[in-house]
Amino acid sequence: MTQPERVVLRARGLSVELASGAAIIEDVSLELKAGEILGLVGESGSGKTTTALSIFGYHEQGVRAARGEIEISGQVLGDEQMFRRARGRLVSYVPQNPGMALNPSMRIADAIEDMIGAHRGKSVSGNSAHGMLERVGLSASQPFGRRFPHQLSGGQQQRVCIAVALSSGPAVVVLDEPTTGLDVITQARILNELVSLRDEEQVAMLYITHDLAVVSEIASRIAVMYAGRIVEQGAPEAILRSPRHPYTRGLMASTPDHVRPRMLQAMEGIAVGVGDHPPGCAFAPRCPQAVARCHTELPALEETASNHFVRCFEWLSTPPVEWIPPMVKHAASAVGEGASAVGEGASNVLEVNHLRAEYRSRHGSVLAASDVSFSLEQGGCVALVGESGSGKTTIARVIAGLHPISSGEIRLRGQALPRVAHRRTLEQRRRIQIVFQNPGEALNPSHTVSSTIARPARTLRGLSRREADDEVRRLLMAVRLPRRVAERYPAELSGGECQRVAIARALAAGPDVLVCDEITSALDVSVQAVVLELLRDLGQGFGVSLLLITHDLGVVSTLAERVLVLKDGAVCEEGTVAEVLETPRHEYTQRLLQAAPSLSATLDAWESATVTRRTAVGLIEPRDVT
Amino acid sequence: MNTAVLPRRRRARWPELLAHDWGGRIGAILLFIVVGVALFGSSFAPHGSTVTIGIPGLGPSPGAPLGLDFVGRDVLSRTLDGGRSTLLLGGAATALTYLVGVTIGLAAGNARSLVDPVLMRSVDVVLSFPALLVMLLAVTAFGSSRTVLVGAAALVLFPGVARIVRTATAEVATKAYVEAAVASGERAIAIIRREILPNVMPPIVADLGIRFSWSIILIASVNYLGLGLQPPTADWGLMVSENRGIISTNALAVIAPALMLALLIVAVNLVGDAYVRQLGRSKSEP
Repeated sequence: MTQPERVVLRARGLSVELASGAAIIEDVSLELKAGEILGLVGESGSGKTTTALSIFGYHEQGVRAARGEIEISGQVLGDEQMFRRARGRLVSYVPQNPGMALNPSMRIADAIEDMIGAHRGKSVSGNSAHGMLERVGLSASQPFGRRFPHQLSGGQQQRVCIAVALSSGPAVVVLDEPTTGLDVITQARILNELVSLRDEEQVAMLYITHDLAVVSEIASRIAVMYAGRIVEQGAPEAILRSPRHPYTRGLMASTPDHVRPRMLQAMEGIAVGVGDHPPGCAFAPRCPQAVARCHTELPALEETASNHFVRCFEWLSTPPVEWIPPMVKHAASAVGEGASAVGEGASNVLEVNHLRAEYRSRHGSVLAASDVSFSLEQGGCVALVGESGSGKTTIARVIAGLHPISSGEIRLRGQALPRVAHRRTLEQRRRIQIVFQNPGEALNPSHTVSSTIARPARTLRGLSRREADDEVRRLLMAVRLPRRVAERYPAELSGGECQRVAIARALAAGPDVLVCDEITSALDVSVQAVVLELLRDLGQGFGVSLLLITHDLGVVSTLAERVLVLKDGAVCEEGTVAEVLETPRHEYTQRLLQAAPSLSATLDAWESATVTRRTAVGLIEPRDVT
Repeated sequence: MNTAVLPRRRRARWPELLAHDWGGRIGAILLFIVVGVALFGSSFAPHGSTVTIGIPGLGPSPGAPLGLDFVGRDVLSRTLDGGRSTLLLGGAATALTYLVGVTIGLAAGNARSLVDPVLMRSVDVVLSFPALLVMLLAVTAFGSSRTVLVGAAALVLFPGVARIVRTATAEVATKAYVEAAVASGERAIAIIRREILPNVMPPIVADLGIRFSWSIILIASVNYLGLGLQPPTADWGLMVSENRGIISTNALAVIAPALMLALLIVAVNLVGDAYVRQLGRSKSEP
């Protein structure tokens, strides 16, 4: 890092628009120096992927570059031919989904060799496929190189993608949400790997993500995008300590944090869609500090401090991010299991005793969960945490009667439940409702929202059509959707709206227990904050008990009272959220907690300036003083 | 405000659908004309459809604008009369095909038991016989009545429908909204009708036009071989085949019924495609 700072990527005034002239991104300028990681943060629809693709001179169908200039390694890329020559050689891409990016019929060493071959003579170093594998922390052995992508884990696949991207010796690597599909422990390893690659090879990286906590740990600079424009840019420390743009602040306040649990504060309203960017500041309609001219005039990207740029007229009045601890629930449950908490708290709605579930496969049965026991109080929230394959979804399905229990029992209000849904009584089915992970698949595309929500109200509660209509209206209000949504089809709604409709459908049955299977993992953080707020109100206002199934410790810390950590289908640690998150006893829980990114941990590390935890992976860099 | 009933919106009806879609509009107009000719054409026929009025294979003349067929009957009158039989047989065969095919496909796709392989392997067995052979066997065994022709055509055509529906059903059956219905204890029939059937409609409708054409062609080819409908019945398919001998003297005797058949098939396909486009639109609106 003794090299003089060399700008390798310069994008000036990039604008990309639809054929109709509606802008997707507007006036985006970025600069990336060798050995620097720029974190480009934004939610879906903010234009971050469009920005990344335009660096390659690539545009999706129906979309064209309107203005702007790209310069990589001192070369201004003007036409398609120049872009084509630059791709791979000067700039390369690591995709979000490595499983789909790698050719399934090509051995991984060959895939890397292919890329090296395509750029032979142009690449800086005499790379070999096996050397590349070693550089990204994989085995350099012959047999490993002969593997096919499906024989690797998700994390290994992503490393192969990184190796492919690096093998042509590019100056800039663009990483588009490279760890989004991976579990936290793998994510931490990949992030480590990226930081050391940056340091060793002086590669400049553009890291695209929706996760502020992740970039806070690796980026040397952060650019936050909203509605196609960069709204704030600067050093992570400066931005995260005192965000100046109200959107950045809103994002921070929406991000759950397991190190310092907090009550989330959701932002008002929803993000504007492509094509209806308002004339003034795009964030103005949702902004708590907007003044009249925000709606008519576009603020410029203003330098508020050395190297800290903000696009807001009123940035001086942006309040600091408050850190409100979650509601008193933790205190209540801290009383302990035996002692009855306030009033009816002692009655368990749901009890799961020694649950065991198996999957039948071609090679006999596979154990999905064994000896899982827990109980759920009225209005309480228990979280099941684990990585993919830990059996948590199977447990949810068993409780909902969608998957047979192999042994053990489930008791609902003291009564043992039959194993499959159609053997249960109407009343039992009504009392347990499940909400699924993928909002896109949760709703029947052929039915309107009102028909979807009314169905369980009519079949499980026997309401008349008129009563069901009233119920639909009440529930839409409860999940904070406007009434006009009632006549929409799911395809006309966003992911967050679909998920809220799915919750409303579950509530229409008037359940005692709501099983939430990763219901926010497909949502943007700001939408997640709204959904989590809603779930919290359900528990507190309506006495609905929640079984929260998630891989996200931050989500657990905002909502749950008790948590069970699952590994390979068995509970490895159990306790109150405070106990488990603060003093994890099991080695696996400790690793999980270490690996999970956390904003507050990074902030604390800056605060104390001591090198703790993940900062050791080399995140703190001298801020660029230009 | 509490007494106000929620607005109920239904999926686009045919007239709305056609107002937005040129293909569908043209198809609907064509269909209207062809079906009109088939149903009411015979009342405008200048001659009886089975009466010989002149020399076989005579070209167009003032009394017979489309000339005469291979036994000297008026081609125009027979064309006006022959649509009813074609439409009826083709329509009935298609309806039966879909009734059997969709039922079997839904049952197999939704079953997580032996029912699925048993049903589908039986379908494969039927599929392995050449289409025309099955038709001919049926006709020789049970005689060439209209019922037998319709049944035989459906027997030949239903496996394709069953396979498509099964695949689509199996995919839809894994969706979370189906699971939600299962978890709330809905009956299998309700799940199929409410959750699955509406979502397997696009592939079902997409090749309705093609299957309708096939059923007409199948029945026409049996007629062509002289084993189906017996002369002197007027039928477009039969007319094409019986007049092939005089195509050099009065080509119109073949062209006229063939054109009507083609128009019918094109029209059905256009309307079917428009319907599928409409389904796609209402599901992918932003």
